[in-house]
Amino acid sequence: MEKQYETVIGLEVHVELSTESKIFCGCSTKFGGAPNTHTCPVCAGLPGALPVLNKQVVEYALALGLAANCQINQYCKFDRKNYFYPDNPQNYQISQLYLPICHDGFLEIQTAAGPKKVRIHEMHMEEDAGKLIHDEWDDCSLVDYNRSGVPLIEIVSEPDMRNAQEVIAYLEKLRLICQYLGVSDCKLQEGSMRADVNLSVREVGSRELGTRTEMKNLNSFKAVARAIEGERARQIELLEEGRPVVQETRRWDDNKEYSYAMRSKEDAKDYRYFPDPDLPPVRISDDWIKRIREAQPELQEEKAKRYMEQYGLSDYDAGLLTQSRHLGEMFEKTAAICQMPKKAANWYIGETLRLVKEEGMETEDISFSPEHLAELILMTDRGELNNKTAKDVFRMIFTEDVDPVVYAEEKGLKTVLDTGLLEETVEKVLEENPDTVKQYLDGKTKVTGFLVGQIMKQMKGKADPKQVNQLLGQKLQEAGEKV
Amino acid sequence: MKIIEMSATALGEEIKKGQIGVKEAVKAYLDQIEAVEPSVHAYLDIDEKKIYARVKEVEKGIRQGKYTGPLAGVPIAVKDNICTRGQATTCASKILNDFVPPYSAGAVEKLEEAGMILLGKTNMDEFAMGSTTETSAFGETKNPWDLTRVPGGSSGGSCAAVAAGEAPLALGSDTGGSIRQPSAFCGVTGLKPTYGTVSRYGLVAYASSLDQIGPIGKNTKDCGALLDVIAGYDKRDSTSIQRKLYDFSKNLGEDIRGLRVGVPKEYLSEGLDSEIKKAIVDVVNALSQNGAIVEFFSLGMTDYVIPAYYIIACAEASSNLARFDGVKYGYRSMEGTDLHDMYKKTRAEGFGKEAKKRILLGSFVLSSGYYDAYYLKALKTKALIKKAFDEAFVKYDVLLAPASPSPAPHLGESLTDSLKMYLSDIYTVAVNLAGLPAISMPWTLDSQNLPIGLQFIGNCFEEKKVLQAAMGLEKIRGDFPLAFAKEEG
Amino acid sequence: MSTQRIDDTVMENIEILAKLSMSEDEREEMRTELEKILDYVEKLNELDTENVEAASHIFPLENVFREDEVTNGDAQEEMLANAPVKKEGQYQVPKTV
Repeated sequence: MEKQYETVIGLEVHVELSTESKIFCGCSTKFGGAPNTHTCPVCAGLPGALPVLNKQVVEYALALGLAANCQINQYCKFDRKNYFYPDNPQNYQISQLYLPICHDGFLEIQTAAGPKKVRIHEMHMEEDAGKLIHDEWDDCSLVDYNRSGVPLIEIVSEPDMRNAQEVIAYLEKLRLICQYLGVSDCKLQEGSMRADVNLSVREVGSRELGTRTEMKNLNSFKAVARAIEGERARQIELLEEGRPVVQETRRWDDNKEYSYAMRSKEDAKDYRYFPDPDLPPVRISDDWIKRIREAQPELQEEKAKRYMEQYGLSDYDAGLLTQSRHLGEMFEKTAAICQMPKKAANWYIGETLRLVKEEGMETEDISFSPEHLAELILMTDRGELNNKTAKDVFRMIFTEDVDPVVYAEEKGLKTVLDTGLLEETVEKVLEENPDTVKQYLDGKTKVTGFLVGQIMKQMKGKADPKQVNQLLGQKLQEAGEKV
Repeated sequence: MKIIEMSATALGEEIKKGQIGVKEAVKAYLDQIEAVEPSVHAYLDIDEKKIYARVKEVEKGIRQGKYTGPLAGVPIAVKDNICTRGQATTCASKILNDFVPPYSAGAVEKLEEAGMILLGKTNMDEFAMGSTTETSAFGETKNPWDLTRVPGGSSGGSCAAVAAGEAPLALGSDTGGSIRQPSAFCGVTGLKPTYGTVSRYGLVAYASSLDQIGPIGKNTKDCGALLDVIAGYDKRDSTSIQRKLYDFSKNLGEDIRGLRVGVPKEYLSEGLDSEIKKAIVDVVNALSQNGAIVEFFSLGMTDYVIPAYYIIACAEASSNLARFDGVKYGYRSMEGTDLHDMYKKTRAEGFGKEAKKRILLGSFVLSSGYYDAYYLKALKTKALIKKAFDEAFVKYDVLLAPASPSPAPHLGESLTDSLKMYLSDIYTVAVNLAGLPAISMPWTLDSQNLPIGLQFIGNCFEEKKVLQAAMGLEKIRGDFPLAFAKEEG
Repeated sequence: MSTQRIDDTVMENIEILAKLSMSEDEREEMRTELEKILDYVEKLNELDTENVEAASHIFPLENVFREDEVTNGDAQEEMLANAPVKKEGQYQVPKTV
């Protein structure tokens, strides 16, 4: 009988914090500067330079730890992790091993089988490494320390996940929390969120864990999913052939859809951690924790719940609107100005998300002013714009953040509220279509649609449909009385 | 009195009064350097052009009232593990050959703010690892009292420079006695401040938890005045301590009546040179006769200071010296076939034997399976050593101790047996492990005409008591001759 | 009496960790000296440190922070001035893959 295997997955996720300056020096963390322009004696590892801890890093770590239901080590320390590699200018990384800032937390994720808790083993603060570029021309590598010293939080989960869907749900959840807290923008492609996957397989029913491998270089959710499938298959194949799984670090190549062992005699995995003598310990008072807790923003679940209660939105709509903190905040601003939350919700869920998808953007990148959408909703409500025109104007708001009042004025898009002209047009259309009027009077009330269409056509779309309907009804009634 | 025979504070006063010009003072020292440097070799780098440019700046600064401190216009030598912007800082190692720091150490900035003039960078044991200045990659420094002997180390260049009249003052660094032991060998005064008192920013780290920069001078008053200049909180050094008072030399008296002095019995037992032992006994008598209350007592833990020190210092050094890899600065071996080979060859060719030994030892004690038995054990031992001192300072204001078990050895004698060399640090390393301040001052000359030095050790933050005890003993002792005076005589 | 602590495997391992290459003679000399020092530091085992807390920092200094402010500008040229080999504003090293 064929054996059934279960995959056991734990994650080590690195999140780059959105501080202004680096963790141990006053260099900028901005992405994309010319090589080595954001460096100083500290982050380029010059002799004699010393680290000084950025307080904001501790605050972000605390915020994330509390949001992930962690215990806080109120006395925590930094340790040096010693290994030689050119992206690491000191040849040691300042990290936390013995007393990490947070431990024993969990995140609840939604799975096919319902909600599930993924336990968090620990979270710690550390510094990022520089960037290595491989130069084909000179057959060498080039080092840029702009990223060296950018603050990171590493979140280490317990091996509680069983498939790629759970892993992605966990990552999505973590990303959402980080974004809501403003701790990190968590972009996998830019490397501000990186996941290393620890994976082992075992026969279903077995309680012991199999030998695990660690996979690195996963820079999209799709790559994570493919790497998990690939590694599961590779390990099962080994076991089926009676060969052992070797505990090792493997590099995932997403193009080839295969992982490669990163092994070398020179990469002795003995990091000789010891307390960094350059950095005094961090003492976190109850009061400090309390302050962080009180300053904690509303997270996604709470926000969604509030939207349902406060704005009467459906579970589904509230979920969509809170998929990013940014989107939720825009929605609330718009709703507050126009005082029509459901309409505002519809614009965000419908047109906004449609355009986001169409443009291949992230919701985080939506940049129009929520005030402009509120204005648009009000104009439509006042009948100054009809629905079709409103959608066109919205596209302009979305792409160029135009002021809808100014834009509609300039382009002459406003509906004509001059009832004189509308009345003339209605009468004209009725005169031109006596048969249709007769049909209406005979009881075929459906034909009003055709008449409205004709009126709108003659008005070049610049009429308020509500007004058209009203006036048309009135005129038809008059016509009936005449008969 | 010749300029180079004057104390630094006296020279500073004369400059202030306009009796001696800054240029004149600097020239006197440069002349002496020219005369004795070929035989002493205290310096690694002297840039006369820079010096005279700085002289102009300082002259102007004094005229305009920018530099008003007691050491304005006074020249100084700086140990070569302290970064000086635009001037090579090599730690006497081939691996940092030609390294020119783009920034100055906090202590050097303070010298500049005080209107002092940097004469040059002084020789040392490579990365401050050694007790003789013989591990320097650029040749040994000789003891000005006897050119066949070592000046001690690791701040041997700084101490020899002061002793030979090549500088009125110098900065050294002290990780396990590197200011105090060469001060004793060279017959000068050197002070290791409480850990965290002088910024370590820009001091190339050997053992970060033990390193401190300190002053070296012709007498206690000069050391106090220089400590006033270099001490201070520096937000760039996280281990820097914000102290209430920084005026160490203010109102320094010489009165030692009622001063409670403890002498650790263990320090007078086997292994101590008989003449040094006699000197300590003489000092005890002299102090007592002058009203101090001197007692012999058992300090405890003395057998464990050397093992704890070498484990901790080497562990930290193995990590601190990892950055010297041929990538960012300094020497790179061009023989390497690949990255790791480049690392290994660069470090094999760039580091001297003593540095390599300590790096290997440090890597071993931190490695998997040995961490608890060695490194952790040493950290716990350190806690017990600190406790022993805490208990001693309940009873005593200062402790009196030898600075070294023997006077300066001959060149080439020490390096053959590294354990023996390590053991000679017995009286100095505990001070670093416990973070304490201590001063080393010369007391007398032995039968071979070599200086004998001794230490006063104080409780944390009690530099003032240490300086006061030294002032008192100095008064009893009288002026101590400088080495060059003897040579001329 | 001395048990050999630094056998060939250990020696090879610490050479890799420390990134130092040595000739056979150097290695043997180093091994002998390290053994001697390690024998000596055995002394620490006489001490009962059961209930002693490790003193990684000698003074009870805590919470030394800097504010999250960018204080450094572009110093690329200065930072690279000492590089043994550089190219296009970067440090050049033997290829890493």
